[in-house]
Amino acid sequence: MKTIKVGLGTCGVSAGGEKTYEAIKDEIEKQNIQVMLRETGCNGMCYREPLMEVIDEQNHSFVYGDVTPEKAKRIMTDHVLAGKPVSEWIVQGSAPSEDDSFFKKQNRIVLRNCGIIDPNSIDEYMATGGYQAIQKVLKEYTPEDVIDIITRSGLRGRGGGGFLTGVKWKFCRQAEGKKKYIICNADEGDPGAFMDRSTLESDPHSVLEGMMICAYAIGAEDGYIYCRAEYPKAVQRLKDSIRRALAKGFLGKNIFGSNVNFSIKIKEGAGAFVCGEETALIASIEGKRGMPRFRPPFPANKGLWGKPTNINNVETFANVAWIIMNGPEAFAAMGTENSKGTKVFALSGKVARGGLAEVPMGITINEIVYDIGGGIKDGKKFKAVQMGGPSGGSIPASMGDLQIDYQQINKTGAIMGSGGLVVMDETTCMVDMAKFFLRFTQDESCGKCTFCRIGTKRMLEILERITDGNGKEGDIELLRDLAYQIKNNTICGLGQTAPNPVLTTLKYFPEEYEAHIRDKKCPAHSCPALVTYTIKADACKGCMACAKACPAEAIKGEKKKPHEIDPEKCVKCGKCFETCKFGAVIKN
Amino acid sequence: MMQTEQIKTEESEHGFSGFKIELWKYQGEMGALIPLLQSAQETYGYIPESAIDYISEIVGIPSAEIYGVITFYSQFRLKPMGKNIIKVCDGTACHVNASTAIIKTLESELGVGTGETTDDGLFTLQKVACLGCCSLSPVIMINDETYGRLTPKKVQQLLNEYRERG
Repeated sequence: MKTIKVGLGTCGVSAGGEKTYEAIKDEIEKQNIQVMLRETGCNGMCYREPLMEVIDEQNHSFVYGDVTPEKAKRIMTDHVLAGKPVSEWIVQGSAPSEDDSFFKKQNRIVLRNCGIIDPNSIDEYMATGGYQAIQKVLKEYTPEDVIDIITRSGLRGRGGGGFLTGVKWKFCRQAEGKKKYIICNADEGDPGAFMDRSTLESDPHSVLEGMMICAYAIGAEDGYIYCRAEYPKAVQRLKDSIRRALAKGFLGKNIFGSNVNFSIKIKEGAGAFVCGEETALIASIEGKRGMPRFRPPFPANKGLWGKPTNINNVETFANVAWIIMNGPEAFAAMGTENSKGTKVFALSGKVARGGLAEVPMGITINEIVYDIGGGIKDGKKFKAVQMGGPSGGSIPASMGDLQIDYQQINKTGAIMGSGGLVVMDETTCMVDMAKFFLRFTQDESCGKCTFCRIGTKRMLEILERITDGNGKEGDIELLRDLAYQIKNNTICGLGQTAPNPVLTTLKYFPEEYEAHIRDKKCPAHSCPALVTYTIKADACKGCMACAKACPAEAIKGEKKKPHEIDPEKCVKCGKCFETCKFGAVIKN
Repeated sequence: MMQTEQIKTEESEHGFSGFKIELWKYQGEMGALIPLLQSAQETYGYIPESAIDYISEIVGIPSAEIYGVITFYSQFRLKPMGKNIIKVCDGTACHVNASTAIIKTLESELGVGTGETTDDGLFTLQKVACLGCCSLSPVIMINDETYGRLTPKKVQQLLNEYRERG
């Protein structure tokens, strides 16, 4: 019997995956087809959603992309019933596809089951070797052995800190006190990062298993998952998965028949980016305002309710079971000297193939953008990548051969962060980008440290006047000065890294700042205050296409007569510019 | 731990009957405040003042402090919201992919700014940092449904669909 799987992660659903699923279900009932219809998570090809996979009787897999309900019907008739794959829609699997290069340089550990298993089925997770690692650990290893294995693997915290996971575990193991906690940080707040959401939705048990192993190593009986409230599907998956693991005796008292107890609770965040910082996260779980505090004492000694606490992020935990089963050497064999293993990157922005890619550390930026991401959308020019979200920075295209590892990225002034990789092309204004991130951190600053609270506000004001065409001589120096003051006089990661987007764009794109300030021009033609749209009368054919595209009804004109843009009504969205086939809309 | 009967009496005294039953499971547990507030908001769509006083009694935290927690987190609301909550993403990827045009369309279609509710009480428009669907940008979320790859036109269609549903 054939099996059909439909990707129903948040990305699949928002691309219309549920309608595709329903269409397949209808077709199965209508034509009385003998197949297994399953739900799965995301295989990373978000740009091809909705995805539908057909696995035939010989176990050959065919993944179809952009599957609308109509396409699904044809796949059901031609492939599932008649056995003839619809080759032009195949994006991965037993038939060659132009999308194969998306996977070629990937190496999947964290995403090993994503888009393959049904996340609602604990049995499917177990069928792929799931929950073997925790059983091996309970039978064969002491907690110290486990810590040693994780340390030797070279795994670093994937949430952005990049601290050696094994060493972190050791600190907490050695901390005094009987009661200890572990926390999974699923407060993925960096705009541009969505790997944790996808992992939780597509393979929740891998995270639970990682937490179990960590709990055993540290000696904790209680675990928390702190998940963003903006991820309702991930929260639901986690709740269901915990219930299923409890029913099997994998969680609760005497897990897997051992003398170890471990239970997991979910805490939903309430919308505060700063809660990704560990001391703020702890305050939030305790029911307080999520404000960071001075460290030391570190959470490993004094964390949740004042007890030793270990916090790792989703991706870190998802690596753990694999390392136990395959050995630390196999993990350490991948990557560079100081950054081992793989990293999941969330590719988005102006890249042709947006999605999730898990690659060995040491891969270059160009390999990710071109080989995996398929280059820049619409044939535009690659300008920069933003790494590390609002705490990171922009790395220019000229440094595209840079090998991605923690040290190399830090040297540029950006950070690895949680792995968001937003690609920017020639139409992206770097000053606007810096302003965008600063507005974000300004909004999210908890207000505890003066330099973060007021300094980011002042920086934002300067950037706003620059992009409004009111920049002054000396603004760049002022921005730099404020940036260093903020970095040096704040207590948590949010403040210390908030100026990074400004500093990196100042470092790599100073001419863009200067053009805004001195010439009152935006080289990327992006800043609305510095851009105007007009229609060249002799080039305009009067086709009305721009008038139809205009969301503000700012374009007037009759058919076959030149149109005109009303500057009062124009919202400067650029739709007319994109729509016009005759090059009659001019951007100044 | 309070007995069920006592809880019931308290409920009627304060005139609260809509709280979800899960609310009471947090009884006496540490760190109960935020889940209680979330539960109150889920029931009423916002956190009424009387609920703050009520929760204050249960957890033994002063109302003023609870107010401080409420205003810290962007999720909590002290005013009633529209029937449909529209969260428009202005995260990095959406921003690069012209979320500004989506926000403008929503604002002009609904006749409200971000953070406001329409007069008919049908929609509340909120701007959020990132919905985590960056590869489908620009994205909005209406209630718990996510919609991606939007254009101003698609936004208009979506709003009409929700208007028809009422």
